[in-house]
Amino acid sequence: MSKNIYLDNAATTAVAPEVLKAMKPYFCEEYGNPSSAYEFSGKIAAKVEEARKTIAESIGAKSKEIFFTSGGSESDNWAIKGVADALKEKGNHIITTKIEHHAVLSTCEFLEKHGYEVTYLDVDDKGLVDLKALEAAIRAETILVSIMFANNEIGTIEPIAELGRIAHEHGVYFHTDSVQAFAHVPINVDEMNIDILSASAHKIHGPKGIGFLYIRNGIKISNLIHGGGQERGRRAGTTNTAGIIGFAKAVELANAHMEENIKYETALRDRLIEKVLEEIPYTRVNGDRINRLSNNANFCFRFIEGESLLIMLDQKGICCSSGSACTSGSLDPSHVLLAIGLPHEIAHGSLRLTLSAETTEKDIDYTIESLKAIVERLRSMSPLYEDFLKNKGE
Amino acid sequence: MKALIAMSGGVDSSVSALLMKEKGYECIGCMMKLYDNEDAGLCRTRTCCSLDDVQDARSVADRLGIPFYVLNFKDDFREKIISKFIKSYENGVTPNPCIDCNRYMKFDKLYDRAMEYGCEKIVTGHYARIERVKEGYLLKKAIDDTKDQSYVLYSMTQEQLKHTEFPIGELKKIQVRKIAKENSFINEDKPDSQDICFVPDGDYVGAIKRLSGKEYESGLIRDMEGNIRGHHDGIIRYTIGQRKGLRISSDRPLYVCNIDAENNEVIVGSNENLYSKEVHVKNVNWISPWLISDGMKVKTKIRYRQKEQSAILNLSKESDDEATIVFDEPQRAVTKGQAAVIYLEDIVLGGGIIS
Repeated sequence: MSKNIYLDNAATTAVAPEVLKAMKPYFCEEYGNPSSAYEFSGKIAAKVEEARKTIAESIGAKSKEIFFTSGGSESDNWAIKGVADALKEKGNHIITTKIEHHAVLSTCEFLEKHGYEVTYLDVDDKGLVDLKALEAAIRAETILVSIMFANNEIGTIEPIAELGRIAHEHGVYFHTDSVQAFAHVPINVDEMNIDILSASAHKIHGPKGIGFLYIRNGIKISNLIHGGGQERGRRAGTTNTAGIIGFAKAVELANAHMEENIKYETALRDRLIEKVLEEIPYTRVNGDRINRLSNNANFCFRFIEGESLLIMLDQKGICCSSGSACTSGSLDPSHVLLAIGLPHEIAHGSLRLTLSAETTEKDIDYTIESLKAIVERLRSMSPLYEDFLKNKGE
Repeated sequence: MKALIAMSGGVDSSVSALLMKEKGYECIGCMMKLYDNEDAGLCRTRTCCSLDDVQDARSVADRLGIPFYVLNFKDDFREKIISKFIKSYENGVTPNPCIDCNRYMKFDKLYDRAMEYGCEKIVTGHYARIERVKEGYLLKKAIDDTKDQSYVLYSMTQEQLKHTEFPIGELKKIQVRKIAKENSFINEDKPDSQDICFVPDGDYVGAIKRLSGKEYESGLIRDMEGNIRGHHDGIIRYTIGQRKGLRISSDRPLYVCNIDAENNEVIVGSNENLYSKEVHVKNVNWISPWLISDGMKVKTKIRYRQKEQSAILNLSKESDDEATIVFDEPQRAVTKGQAAVIYLEDIVLGGGIIS
């Protein structure tokens, strides 16, 4: 494999060199446990609090509203299970959507087994949640609305401020899984009516294994991880100092370059989308063309399987994804594509390409060229395509 | 030249991959994901697939420096293998899903994938051999008679044989394990797989109920004379020649001699009733038709674990894909749905489904 083009930045990103540099001292030198009493550790505790402040300010929150976790999945679990437990006297109904990440969906399914009721809102063909549908779903027993900020597969950005406003008008907490959106798009928790927000470092060129949950001051939520008194008694476990420092550095970098990154990625993304639509027939773009993450392109190529596409792109040194990969690396048709109304066989032919600020125009052109050749080859061998051409000819 | 290696995480396919690499092929390793753990009655939360096997295969691929992919064939497997498995039992027939899997998964769907990826060869860890002769390709038994798997490959075509390699067919199992050990493969002492892969505990009755979501009606057990002798809990529990689970008191041992799916009845008789000299087969596939003639002397196996039996092959006048096999000695428990595979010396001529 001569080339290596990484177009799977929604899965994870490379750690930025500046982030690694910031983290390095916290392994062999400043390794103390920030919960300890001596000065050696006290210094580190101060650095952790600085990092917390950087992160809090990036979303218009206060330091004491940021709680570090092991990442997005833990944050989502905490948000949903924590509110469900704390408000069990008030009600047992949770509202979410059909296109959430499994960290939210599986947590809701777990709660359903424990007597909670969950409404999974439909989305339209672009993946957008309908405000009226949310309003209609809220009942007296509703304790939480959890809707993702931006979808990890099709990149659609939800109308978060409006959704949050509706929840608040009915006195219901509003949680958003912002793993894909955090530090990619401007977020302000006050202006956007967000009570609880999940985020993760490794999607923004930070390290894996660190994330946070924003919990608005005064929100009732039970603990998920019990043990020591870290994170002001809300989340036990020895503080991941290097991770936190790296996370804050990544946030700092992302915020400093957010505007230019969005501009750069959007141009590249649109070039990719337009060229692919132009050069490869029987192709569709999934998700909203406007309310969309700047780094996300998601296509369906009719008559072929995403799995073959992926393997052949990999053979050309291009890393991307299709459907949702399970632990084994095998692919199932994505629940998101099914939710936006695509039939099973078309959902099977999907491909997600997610860029970063490191992606170059040359990478994109090479990808388009490879994609065109591979889709042509696979279609030339596809019985579905053969049938289609036959029927078309008649 | 490129080769697609079907890896199971076991030692045989791992060594096959190694041997292909040593032959100079550019290898791509893959594993077919055929079912979810829930379908196989395993705990869903434990893993999302047969993850241990995936990890073993991936470890070997990594050691060999070849790419490795998991291919999702669940939909096809459910439709073509599992559904047929269930339907067969419901019709009083005992199927061999491994034969169907080779036919519809490995040498059809996976074969298509190999062609898509530009691979000349598809490689599996079967114990069998392929030999090129001037008329075409021969499928032959493995060198290691105790491991020979040619029986489950009888449905292969000339085109498939041309693009297939069985690198360990020339080796004994003990040599294969030795090679795995020498190369420090993670699975060098992994036990051989035994049962049907999606029925890992061997409880096929439980598997059928779970997969079909049905309960099976009880019915009558009759003897050969039509007398009612007892009751059964669903015909899917029975197979020809079975003695256990009949719950009939009798002065002589009774065996299942027939399953009458239409009337939901099990017919029992004595051991002698189980023997027959003739077997009729349909859906016949001839691998090497140039070797076949009506009335020729052949050897035949009517189940996987059986020694080949001497017989005469009578071709059907009416249909190309039917034949009758007349054994020298009567055969016990000829079972509808199983394959009869016909050999000439160590060559697989072909075979068909017992009807």
